[in-house]
Amino acid sequence: MIGSLLGRYPRLANWLYGFTPPERDTVVLVHRRVYILPARLGWIYGATVGILLVGSINYALALGFALTFLLAGMGLAGMVHTARNLAHLAVSVGRAEPVFAGESAQFRLYLDARTAFDRPSILARHVASGAQLVVDVPAGSPAEVVLAVPAARRGWLALGRVMLETRFPLGLFRAWSYVEPQARCLVYPRPERVALPPHSAAPASGGLRSPSPGYDDFAGLRSYQLSDSPRHVAWKAVARVDGMLTKQFAGEAAAELWLAWEALPAALDPESRLSRMAGWVLAAERSGAHYGLRLPGLEIAPARGDAQRAACLQALALYEPS
Amino acid sequence: MNPAAHPLAPEIRPVSTRDLAWLIGSLAIVIAPHALRAPWWLTLLTLCLYGWRFHAGLSRSPLPSRWLVLGVTVVALLGVWIEYRTLFGRQPGIILLMLFSGLKLLETRSHRDAAAAAFLGYFLIITNFLYTQSIPTAAAMGVALFALTATLVGFSAPQRAPRANLRTAGLLLAHAAPAALVLFLLFPRVHGPLWGLPQDAYAGMTGLSDTMSPGALSQLALSDALAFRAEFDGEPPPQAQRYWRGPVLWDFDGRTWRIGTRYLSAFSAPPGGSASYRYDVVLEPHNRHWLFALETAASLPERTRMSFDGQLLANAPVRSRIRYQLTSVIAPEAGPDEERGNLQRALRLPAGFNPRAVELARQWRSETASDAEVLARALAFLRAGRYAYTLEPPLLGADAVDEFLFTTKAGFCEHFASAFTFLMRAAGIPARVVTGYQGGELNPVDSIITVRQSDAHAWTEVFLAPRGWVRVDPTAASVPGRIESGLARSVPEGELAPLMRTRLEWLRGVRYQWDALAHKWNVWVLDYSPERQRDLMGLIGMRGADWRMLAATLFSVLGLMTLALLAWSLQRLARPDPVQRAWRQFCSKLAARGVERAAHEGPRDFASRAARALPAARPAILRIGALYIGLRYGARARTAGIKQLRRLVRGLRLA
Repeated sequence: MIGSLLGRYPRLANWLYGFTPPERDTVVLVHRRVYILPARLGWIYGATVGILLVGSINYALALGFALTFLLAGMGLAGMVHTARNLAHLAVSVGRAEPVFAGESAQFRLYLDARTAFDRPSILARHVASGAQLVVDVPAGSPAEVVLAVPAARRGWLALGRVMLETRFPLGLFRAWSYVEPQARCLVYPRPERVALPPHSAAPASGGLRSPSPGYDDFAGLRSYQLSDSPRHVAWKAVARVDGMLTKQFAGEAAAELWLAWEALPAALDPESRLSRMAGWVLAAERSGAHYGLRLPGLEIAPARGDAQRAACLQALALYEPS
Repeated sequence: MNPAAHPLAPEIRPVSTRDLAWLIGSLAIVIAPHALRAPWWLTLLTLCLYGWRFHAGLSRSPLPSRWLVLGVTVVALLGVWIEYRTLFGRQPGIILLMLFSGLKLLETRSHRDAAAAAFLGYFLIITNFLYTQSIPTAAAMGVALFALTATLVGFSAPQRAPRANLRTAGLLLAHAAPAALVLFLLFPRVHGPLWGLPQDAYAGMTGLSDTMSPGALSQLALSDALAFRAEFDGEPPPQAQRYWRGPVLWDFDGRTWRIGTRYLSAFSAPPGGSASYRYDVVLEPHNRHWLFALETAASLPERTRMSFDGQLLANAPVRSRIRYQLTSVIAPEAGPDEERGNLQRALRLPAGFNPRAVELARQWRSETASDAEVLARALAFLRAGRYAYTLEPPLLGADAVDEFLFTTKAGFCEHFASAFTFLMRAAGIPARVVTGYQGGELNPVDSIITVRQSDAHAWTEVFLAPRGWVRVDPTAASVPGRIESGLARSVPEGELAPLMRTRLEWLRGVRYQWDALAHKWNVWVLDYSPERQRDLMGLIGMRGADWRMLAATLFSVLGLMTLALLAWSLQRLARPDPVQRAWRQFCSKLAARGVERAAHEGPRDFASRAARALPAARPAILRIGALYIGLRYGARARTAGIKQLRRLVRGLRLA
């Protein structure tokens, strides 16, 4: 009930959780942000201590009292230790590599103990998707958590709220905290597995500007450039020659492929178009052709290689149909 | 979100072999003292259950089915029933708990079950204290508590090194100790049980009984158990004067002496006396009303009364160790007049028993003029009789007194007291048997007199007309060594328990030290009673504190302690490690000069960028960057490097 209330009024949630998302840079879980309640095991423990107390009173057992009170004190100490296991933990985020819709975005969180003691058994759970992982954070260096968040839709996927929880050391209490670090992952449209559009000389209609007579024909080697696809690196040559060389193929310079929005049937809805175009980008890249992308109000000049592929897919991912 | 899939929820975390080993190991420590008390085959059954579960864990074989566990449970219940003929009561209940710990293990799959078994272990610890709360038990159970706690910590951190988990458990216990101490001192204590206890709750307490038949005391004298300890203000009385008076036995049926009917009388301090002593007694529980006093009690402790024959009686049976303060006098001037009925009761003898003894007594009576002379004749008779003092007296028939006096001539103090009292009564002198303890061992370490069951003794009191009741010890008359140097030197050595043999002097020294320690433990730890709590509250200025004030104080102090603990942990947290602190200082120094570190910028990139931007400080900046990287990510020895880093950062001048 409270959860739905907070969901409806995000500002109430922000006030309650003590921060306004998203949080830039490293988030430190100050103790104001760490919540703690007894876990179910804690209640059972409390009941056990109660029974021991009654037994000690009934049989007037001095050592029974001592044991009971030690256990009670340990409950209290356990509460403080559980809160301490989470408090002042520093959370920072790493880069999330772009994924296609339908895959899982791999968000990297770094949990840094920043103290002389380690913090075992910390659960990081992505609230919206339920993706979760338990890590032990050592004293010296940060621990990495990879949350695989399903990416359903293209565009920017914000990480959203992440819950950090621990029950260490006794499992009697459950301490938790919410963070919402500024992290996002680019989600490309789900690529449709399609063949390339029919070649056409007319640039406006998409397709190859000129037929490609054997773009697979090996033409020679040139020195490697950063934008070259690793697929075209002459790996055998690397072993012989200093530095990397890239294989060049005859005809590919001549082949210029335009992947155009308007080449698709008008009846197709925008998302399906984007999916098909993403499929084209992948196919074009595989084919080794130089390809350009044309969307309403946006044009990417023909090129090839991973940078071109990424630029095209990003344009498709972020395209806002009017 | 599916709550069942919560990876920290104990119910879905399976127990590993390591968890099992810890759990079983700690439970084994907990049940070790019980295992020594329980019938061997029930102990074996428990250990088999432990072993079965561990084997299943090792070989990853499935656990026994619910029906099989149920079957084993029925076998365990049957076993206990066969052994004790009941399932209730203290001993069978505890044995059942011990067996259940094994059965619980057999169905332990998840951490929740394992934690429940650990909690059962905590419960089993306390059952040990029902038998003994001695220092060794406390130490063993302390180890068990530590092990169980480390086990619980291990459940929460299954990947962590066991040593780290042990350290955490130690830290937890250390943090719990102050709170436990406060609770122990301030938790409102009440007297007595909250409800009826099982029949056998007070079984196994040794001590004098309200009857005395031949062989009773010599059995008791074999026991090395503590009866009580006494601490005198000033010099204690000499050994021969230390007659600790207990139950007075009036009625004799030819074999057994009994207390018989008893009524209370108003207490009045006896006049005069040769010596007066003030002392404290810490009496071990014996489940009887009577308390022990040196000779004639001249004061009445709280919550006690005095019976007509001078016994101190507590209002309730002594079921826990109690402490009382007394004043006693030795040989008061003149006893009060005795009622006629009591004197007649002190002359009554069963008809037809011991004709030779009756004959002898009548002969003394006819040959002498006064009671005192009869007494002297009787003592002379015993002294001349060459009686043997032994812990293994021969069995006696119906005329026990005759056989002892004229045939076997060997016995323990009950034989002497019984025969002598019989002779006195037969001669017409009112006499009664008094049981109690004689002597006790003075511990040179803390000057406390330790009285053990082996000091149990019986003697006679006779009524001599002007003087009243007079103590006569027939054992002392015939075996003087018993009273002067104690039991251990007056009976054949082979009859004694090993520790009572006196050859090993160093062993005696160790034993004295240990006794002194055990006494302090009893007084300061185990006997923290409502009265002592009241005294303590008086000491800290809360005179007459009731439970409400105690509870209020308790919660205030506990709250403050939790806050202190919290402050401690936060202070530890808020202080970043020195490397990080120096680096932050470095960054802020550079930021002041307009070189701000971007969030994505690593230390190496940042340092080289800053060095380019501020070429004047280039060497220092690069040096700091390299040092920081080495300290933060390297595996080098740290302290020297940290010092150097701090010095460099402090000395960094960015003009």
